[in-house]
Amino acid sequence: MSDRNKAFGWAANENSGVLSPFHFSRRENGENDVTVKILFCGVCHSDLHTIKNHWGISRYPIVPGHEIVGIATKVGKNVTKFKEGDRVGVGVIIDSCQSCESCNQDLENYCPKLVFTYNSRSSDGTRNQGGYSDVIVVDHRFVLSFPDGLPSDAGAPLLCAGITVYSPMKYYGMTEESGKHLGVSGLGGLGHIAVKIGKAFGLRVTVISRSSEKEKEAIDRLGADSFLVTTDSQKMKDATGTMDFVIDTVSAQHSLLPLFSLLKVNGKLVTLGLPEKPLELPIFPLILGRKMVGGSQIGGMKETQEMLDFCAKHNIVADIELIKMSDINSAMDRLAKSDVRYRFVIDVANSLSPG
Amino acid sequence: MGKVLENEAFGLAAKDNSGVLSPFRFSRRETGEKDVRFKVLFCGICHSDLHMVKNEWGVTTYPLVPGHEIVGVVTEVGTKVTKFKAGDKVGVGCLVGSCGSCDSCTEGLENYCPKSIQTYGFKYYDDTITYGGYSDHMVCDEGFIIRIPDNLPLDAAAPLLCAGITVYSPLKYHGLDKPGMHIGVVGLGGLGHVGVKFAKAMGTKVTVISTSESKRDEAINRLGADAFLVSRDPKQIKDAMGTMDGIIDTVSATHSLLPLLGLLKHKGKLVMVGAPEKPLELPVMPLIVERKMVMGSMIGGIKETQEMMDMAGKQNITADIELISADYVNTAMERLQKADVRYRFVIDVANTLKPNPNL
Repeated sequence: MSDRNKAFGWAANENSGVLSPFHFSRRENGENDVTVKILFCGVCHSDLHTIKNHWGISRYPIVPGHEIVGIATKVGKNVTKFKEGDRVGVGVIIDSCQSCESCNQDLENYCPKLVFTYNSRSSDGTRNQGGYSDVIVVDHRFVLSFPDGLPSDAGAPLLCAGITVYSPMKYYGMTEESGKHLGVSGLGGLGHIAVKIGKAFGLRVTVISRSSEKEKEAIDRLGADSFLVTTDSQKMKDATGTMDFVIDTVSAQHSLLPLFSLLKVNGKLVTLGLPEKPLELPIFPLILGRKMVGGSQIGGMKETQEMLDFCAKHNIVADIELIKMSDINSAMDRLAKSDVRYRFVIDVANSLSPG
Repeated sequence: MGKVLENEAFGLAAKDNSGVLSPFRFSRRETGEKDVRFKVLFCGICHSDLHMVKNEWGVTTYPLVPGHEIVGVVTEVGTKVTKFKAGDKVGVGCLVGSCGSCDSCTEGLENYCPKSIQTYGFKYYDDTITYGGYSDHMVCDEGFIIRIPDNLPLDAAAPLLCAGITVYSPLKYHGLDKPGMHIGVVGLGGLGHVGVKFAKAMGTKVTVISTSESKRDEAINRLGADAFLVSRDPKQIKDAMGTMDGIIDTVSATHSLLPLLGLLKHKGKLVMVGAPEKPLELPVMPLIVERKMVMGSMIGGIKETQEMMDMAGKQNITADIELISADYVNTAMERLQKADVRYRFVIDVANTLKPNPNL
């Protein structure tokens, strides 16, 4: 059993999801490891689902957080890509088997033995804790180089939200030709970044939302080309068969039928939200228009680095609300009501202090 | 369009939503400059015909002469027809017209044209209603005529015009036609049995997925499937988890997608060609965590249908049929309702469809 060092963070202890100060330990920095002093950590909706055990797989206590940006303070002797003082990121996964077909294709995110950054167990038996904490120790293969020009706070959410939309855009062929029309359903953490990345790829982007509340922002600030309110039946009718792709970021129960109707023939619906129950899939629209629905889960390490570099080049960052660690519980309450434009980020280094 | 030849055609029509078919005299247009006129020899009975005669989709207007798996011999061609001549063996499938100018048409995908005209029950360019192949002869635009290879028996080739293209098109489009791939076929009826034959001919390994054991022997020994699994047996499903590149799902009854998604490998594709009326439950986790996809497909374009028929000619692929006389058609429909056919009824039109002397 490796030696362990003291660490401090905030954890949920049961499914009320209330977070509170928590002392724990991290492993000693091994020869393949990078120790990261955490500066910022994004608050992902998955953190909320996990601390409240919505998916039934939570094992408490849980220190969430998988949108981590910090500074390398120690690197193991086998580590060549990073040195002390480098700005680095850690995302959703911290290990994989490194030998299966997925891993060999740089698709660690589809490895059947992938290890998530938190609420998971490593091969040495330790329970892994996430980035709402002061330090993390990660195998160098799962550490990302944070590009110059990408701010640490607003760049942190790219480590989950960014790659989660970037990867399917590439995989489902959305970036092959500019001028294609992408619908983004849901304007939250994932959705707002999908708009920005979609525009950077030269797509025409329409935001699809339940209410017109976010219309001005979507167009003036995020750069969407148009905005479609799903309850406006005339506008929905006019938009029938106009989109090449739709990215659906909504995790609440909802009907897929209106989204299918927006797709052109051969159109693709990519679903990224994680609802608790199955969704309803009408089959006729798939058949009549040769349409499809597919999914995607984050991205591999190589692709995540590519995404960070792309975002740095195009000045794409998340729209964030920076919070103190002590505000996390009220932030979670607001996140449950989608009351955030569009990602909370915890100012860990400046606000996390052992109690 | 040319003038109508009054009441010179005869066939079988459904007159109301009981779906019962009875003799019917009607009119077809004169052979226009781009038309091909042919004597109908055989017509397959597709499950869609059953849905339509009973107005189960709510789109039927009566009287309805069904039939869109039609083969026959050309009797006359229009002055501008170049590809066919009298005596040619030809077929018509589900489409007889499209707009010709939309994105789908320009890509040879007339089947996805929003103005496509179906072979029966649809309004044609001249405002007449189209009548299908349960009739003595057809007139059809050259662009929607399929040549039948000489070596194929016409009766057993007829069902390929709908069932054949319906399974062929997605196997090609979704890249599920590579030798060595593992393809699942759900349901062993008209579509399913032809799906097995085409998938095998493409060099793939085929597993039939069925709700009961009863068709195992046939599937493997007669149709050539490599394996057979009963979807209601959790152990058989478990043993096959994560083994298939693609699955063609021909079942139109409501059924669970979860075990089918489980059978797919990572990035696997579940293609729906059967059309359940009500939405199915879509478990989202397999799509997200294993990047799987669910897609639909509907027949194919004309060029592709010809390609499919040419492949059938080269590889001797035909449907397994039960040839029936025209006066058996209502009984056949009842048996089809109960899936009591191995695997397609085909009406011997030329030899058994007689005009009703009382009409």
